[in-house]
Formats: sequence, C-alpha cells, structure tokens
Amino acid sequence: MNEKDPLNVIVTGVGGQGNVLVSQFMGRALVRAGYHVTIGETYGASQRGGAVMSHLRISRQAQYGPLIPFGQANVILGLEPVEALRVLAQYGNPAVTVITNSRPVYPLAVAIGAARYPTVEEIMTALEELSSRAWLINATDIAVELGAPILANIVMVGALIGAGVLPLGPEEFELEFQESLPGDRLEQNLKAFRRGLAEAKARLPATPSA
Amino acid sequence: MSITAYEPGASQLLMGNEAIARGALEAGLGFASAYPGNPSSEIIGSLAEVAREMDIHVEWSVNEKVALEAAAAASFAGVRAIVAMKQNGLNVASDFLMNLNLTGTNAGLVLVICDDPAGLSSTNEQDSRPIAKWAELPLLEPATFQEAKDMTKWAFELSEKIKNVCVIRSVTRVSHARGDVRLAELMPPGRSAKFAPTMLGQFTPLLVTLKHNMLHQKVKQAREAFETSDFNWYTGPEKPELLIVTCGSGWYYSLEAVRSLGLEESVGILKLGTTWPLPEKLVQEHLARTDKVLVVEEVDPFLEGNLKELVGETFSTLGALTFYGKRSGHLPTIGELDPDKVMGAIGTILGRERAAVDADYAKKGQDLTQSLVQNRMIGFCAGCPHRATFWSIKNALKLDGRGGFVAGDIGCYTMALGPSGFFQIKTVQSMGSGAGLACGFGNLGKLGFGQPVLAVCGDSTFFHAAIPALINGVYNQANFTLLILDNSATAMTGFQPHAGTGASAVGEPAPNVDIEGLCRSLGIRVELTDPFDLQDTTQKLLDLMQCDGGVRVLISRRKCALVRARAEKAAYKVWVDSEKCRGESCGCARLCTRVFQCPGLVWDSERQKAKIDEVICSGCGVCADICPASAIIREAA
Repeated sequence: MNEKDPLNVIVTGVGGQGNVLVSQFMGRALVRAGYHVTIGETYGASQRGGAVMSHLRISRQAQYGPLIPFGQANVILGLEPVEALRVLAQYGNPAVTVITNSRPVYPLAVAIGAARYPTVEEIMTALEELSSRAWLINATDIAVELGAPILANIVMVGALIGAGVLPLGPEEFELEFQESLPGDRLEQNLKAFRRGLAEAKARLPATPSA
Repeated sequence: MSITAYEPGASQLLMGNEAIARGALEAGLGFASAYPGNPSSEIIGSLAEVAREMDIHVEWSVNEKVALEAAAAASFAGVRAIVAMKQNGLNVASDFLMNLNLTGTNAGLVLVICDDPAGLSSTNEQDSRPIAKWAELPLLEPATFQEAKDMTKWAFELSEKIKNVCVIRSVTRVSHARGDVRLAELMPPGRSAKFAPTMLGQFTPLLVTLKHNMLHQKVKQAREAFETSDFNWYTGPEKPELLIVTCGSGWYYSLEAVRSLGLEESVGILKLGTTWPLPEKLVQEHLARTDKVLVVEEVDPFLEGNLKELVGETFSTLGALTFYGKRSGHLPTIGELDPDKVMGAIGTILGRERAAVDADYAKKGQDLTQSLVQNRMIGFCAGCPHRATFWSIKNALKLDGRGGFVAGDIGCYTMALGPSGFFQIKTVQSMGSGAGLACGFGNLGKLGFGQPVLAVCGDSTFFHAAIPALINGVYNQANFTLLILDNSATAMTGFQPHAGTGASAVGEPAPNVDIEGLCRSLGIRVELTDPFDLQDTTQKLLDLMQCDGGVRVLISRRKCALVRARAEKAAYKVWVDSEKCRGESCGCARLCTRVFQCPGLVWDSERQKAKIDEVICSGCGVCADICPASAIIREAA
C-alpha cells in the first residue's frame, strides 16, 4: 500500500480505450473510502484517436488541483504502451511505477506506413530506464479471451490494484463494481479485474506467509 | 451515478459541471436549457438524467439565444432557471443578454459560461468574463468542485436579490475535472408559475436610461454582497513579500506552486470567487499589506486589469505597487495555466529559480522516448460517414475542375480541414457560417468569380444557425450547394438529441423536424444520398454543382458510426485478400492506407500489403469501393 500524500496517478491511453471510465471508477472507490480525489482529464480528443490522459490526485488531507506538476507522477497506468512512454518523459521520475498494456494502438502515421512503431524491446528498455518498476501486461489479449477487447482497461485496473500501489485493496474496488454495474456486465468486469490481479500477483516477489 | 443518487451529507465524486447542476437542484431549480457545447455540455446533460424524477423541465434548445430566452421566461414566471453554454455560445446569446440585463429578471436566473482555455475542444479560447462588466452583471468564478456546487446555489439567491442574471464563469479544468463534493438537501421547486409583471413595462426597454440607472444600483448591491462573501479568502502571512491574487482554476495552481516552493511563510494568496464587481474594500485591505502582486488567471488579464483600475482610483492611499502577471510577461497570455507555470513566475519574481524536473532525468527521458513516440493526429473514427462524404466531395470537385471548394462549419466534420477529410474544408468560423459565407461567395459572379461553392453543416448545426443563412441564400439568389451531413446526433459534444432526432433531452419521444421537408418548402432543389454509396454521392454532387444558379441542397444521411455501434451489429466483415493486394507495385500509391486513412486500415510494412485491424474496423465496407484492385473484400456479417 502506498503512503504518499498526495499520491499522483496518471492513467493514459488513446481515445476510445475507456480512459475516463477507469479514472472515474478508481475515483469513486477512493471517495467511498474517505479520500479526497481530484481527477483532471484531457477530453477534446476522446473517441477520436487522440492521446488522452487522466491525472488522479489522491489525499487523506486535502483536495489537490487537476494537473500534476511535471516530474511528479508516482504511478503511471498505460492502456497503450507508447502513451505510457509519452507521459513518462514529461511526468516521470526515477521512483515512478509504470504498468502498461502491451498492445499497441497504432497512430495514424504508423497505420498509413509513414512512421515506425517501436518494438516491445525498445519500449521495455525505455520504460525500465526511466522507472523503478515497469510491467507490461497483455491486457488486450486477456480481454479478447474474455470475449470483449474493451475490457482491457479493467484488466489493467486489476493489475494496478494487484501491484499494491493504491491505498485500497481489491475488496474495496470489487464493492465499487457491485455498486455501479448492472448484473449482466458485473460478472464480465469482475472476471477481467481478477485476471488483472492475477497478472500482478505473478509479477510480485513471493511474500512469506505469516 | 446520477447527481441525485447519493444522500445529503455524503461525498460524491462529481465533475465540475455535475456539481454546478447539483447546486441548482439544491436551490429549487425548475427549468434548465442549453445548446450542447464543450466544456459545458454535462450541466444540462446531468440535469436531463434526473428531470423526470425531479419533475422539472430540461431541454436541449436549438441554440444558445433561444436557450437563454426560454430560461428567462421561466424566471419571469417565478421559476428558478439555469442556462449553460460554452464561450462561443455566449456570443450567440449576447444580443438577448444585452437587453435582458436592463429589463431584469424575477426568480433566480443563473447563466453558466464554460470557457475553454487553449481551445481543447473549441475553435477559439475566448475569455468570456468581460461580458459581466459589459452587461453589468455579477460574476462568480468557482475554484473547487465543492465551490462549483455551493456557488451555483448561492447565485440563485443573489440573482433573486438584485433581480438580475447572475453569471458563473467556469473553465475546462473545473468543468471537466472531477472531485469529491459534500452534498446538501435537494429542494423541489414551487409549482405556482405565473407571469405577473408588477410594474408597467417591467420586462420591456421602456425608459432606457431609468433602467440603466437601476442596473448600476443592482451592481452596487452585488458589490456589497461580495464584500462579505465566503467565496473569497486569504491564506498566508500577515504581510506577504508577494501577494498572489487569483480566481477559478488559478487557485489550485497557486496553492500547489507556493507549497512546492516552500514559500508559505512569505507568499500569500487572495483567492477571489466574486470577480466582478470587485469587492473593493476587501481587495484594498490586502493590497495595502504588500508591495508586489502576482495575478494568476485564465486566459486574459481581466482580473489584473480590474485590480489596476481600482489601484488607479485609490493610488493616494495604497501607495506604490508592482504588478506581475500577463502584462509583465511572467505568465502567458495564451493557452492554459498549470502549476509549473505559476512556480516559474513566482521563482522569477522572488529570484528563487528551481528546476521542475531533475535535469539528468529529463534529458534521459527525452533521449529515450523522442524517437519512439509519435504524434497522434485526431481524425474521423473508423466507419465515420463524414470520411465517405468528403471522399466524394474531393472526387466531385476534381471531376468538376473549376476550382470549387468547401466552406466549413462546426462539428466533427470540422476535422475535414485536415488529412482525415482530405483537407477539403477551407473556412471555419462560427456555427452556421459555412452557409453564410456561401451566400457571399455565391453572389460574386458579377465580380468575376467562377468557382463552384459548397457549404457543409451538420444536422444539429443546421437547426442552430444555418437556416437563416439558407433562407438568405434563397432570397438573394446566391449560387451554392449546401451539404447537410445528417448523422442524427450532436456527435462532437456527446451525442445529445436535437430537433431532428425524434427524442427529447430527457429521453422521451419528441416531434422530429424534417430537414428535407423544411428545405423543400423553400422551393429549391433538394437531393438525398447515402454517403456510403460513393458513386451516387459523387454523381449527385456533380449534378448539383453544375446546375445553374440558386441554392441547392444535398442531404448526406447516415447515422454516426459510434451511435450505430451501440445499437447495431457491423454490416460487413471486411478483410484484405493478400493475393490481390499488389502493395506498392499496384500503381494506386496505397490509396487505402495513405489517402483514405481510415484507422481500421493498416499498412503492414513487413509484408508490404494493406490489412484490416479487426479491433478497430467498424465493418462499414466503404473501403472495398475505393480499392482499384478489388483486394478489399466485404462480406455480409
């Protein structure tokens, strides 16, 4: 669990990936648990293939502004790997944790053959050089397996919670799912969330049982 | 979660716009109206969600002027009303507003204007606050989410007290950000609406100068209320070395900057929630305790100018003050602010520069990511009917060959000024101005003009402001073709219903205003086309462009791809037959990926062939018609 106050989290991805949904979901669970939460969002480009980013400021003591100062992110959650890199260069610092989906959403310049998308190795090298911990999660593959690629964002939330970088545990977030989702979507979302938790668990060093 | 989902006393994560809406409900709101426009859309959107439950009237009006007029009528009849708009919308509503201020109001009427510094989802970054000074209306600027709610609630009281409109000015980073807000009780509205003026000509401009004088008195009353307002506060030492005066989004940035620099003991912050008329006594008290003032605000130096005006009037008592801010160049006069910019300004003024980010890390970050991170251009979605329409426009204009061009308008299709719409749009100003410009271009024949003129507008924009221009064109016999891109949604702002969708703001069935019938009633030639039928659309465009004189209309009708995806399954399964795709050797110069640029089409540089990204493809099948080698296959899904 993270003791930093304020805890600065950036969720980033491409318009249409459910960036806003993720930040709102986490925000609601944290407010329920008594935290002050502020979320600043880039909105204009949502749905239309632009780079999007949500800034979450989480505090026990006070409300913070909607923009995290440069270099002061504690955690970066990437729904798209190059977007995680983009944010890292501006808001990162040597102590930052980065957890990102490995599946690219090609920028138009790449799709049309005018630019090259970096290899997984290039991305991983840069992420590791610029952070204290960097995880790549095959969230889209897992979501496709579950029958809905859009659920990649929920798999990523699971991985983030599983990594223990937020001040709340999985139970509190599962409660938020139960409160905010209708029955037919609840099961699928919980499945995606738990797959994400498992991905995190597999990456954490084993803790000796008490 | 709706804005009425939680109990009073609970904390709810609310968007600034939702907090404004909740504040209105806590004040006994009975009527709400707006034309959608970001960053303001969620105010009426969130009220529409609970309109049935609260038994109040909430509407998407056809434009901002009508929205304000409708809300004013509610106020005249004793019903508390709110009207919301983006900065551009204010310009549309201002004709009415500049008269409403004189006639005054009855029940509380709150006008919320959401400005968009940096134009993140706008065509300009206009600072709307001068309207308050110009129209002599009290101005409130919320800085926090809690304040957005509480201030709105109070604005109704103030409006009712001075019998005039109260203006709330928000910005993107308040309206479109979220924070926890403590809720109070909801107040149901009264049910005794009645129009009953208490004096002759009350709601008319009868006796203009007398009413103007009354307006001055109302401002004075507002100033007195502002002097003791809880929305103004000071934090910092008794005699600050530097006094920051700030409002709105500037408050959190200033607070964070002072804390990050560790200057709580020497820098004070006067946060003003009531920015016009200025609470003069309060402001003077604080100015008297320092000799350096930094003003932090978005976008223009409005507060800064008003403070200097006050200092100019009271120079003999206040003594010398040095002002820092936008005029001095310490803060930018364009775009958004952020905590780093405020830190930079304070550092420069006090001679305490600091590096925001560790220099080595910053350099490493740049070196490692620069070559890997590509810019993401925004463009039309996969399966967007606009891409297909602009493809046909491009081809029709080329086939016509007389240098025809497109006068654009405001909506998703504005993006056709870029690669996504093949750079076809050549002018963009305000709502409806494509058709308005076409009226002028189309009457330059006598002056040597010979280019075909196309104007485009969306369905919602058509209702908003293009109808008068269309009628003007018919009456004055302008020579142009108006293309109405009817995607059955106000797509750019979040798919709000409008007069042509058959649904009301609160989701009930509503009369569907027939665009085609309306145009036909003007006695002009009107054609309909499905943009996905590229050949038919191109041919109809050519025919219309080449017929002589007068106004012609082509309605290109196809539901927005995102709306379609919610309700319907994809029409086609689409794939590339890699045997048939000849890649670079085809001679088509990669028409599909390089030119058509649907995000669902990808150039596989390893295999040197086009392919379909199945996660992104919406199955519209249009690309199958543009491939000269028939290598893109569509099959009914």
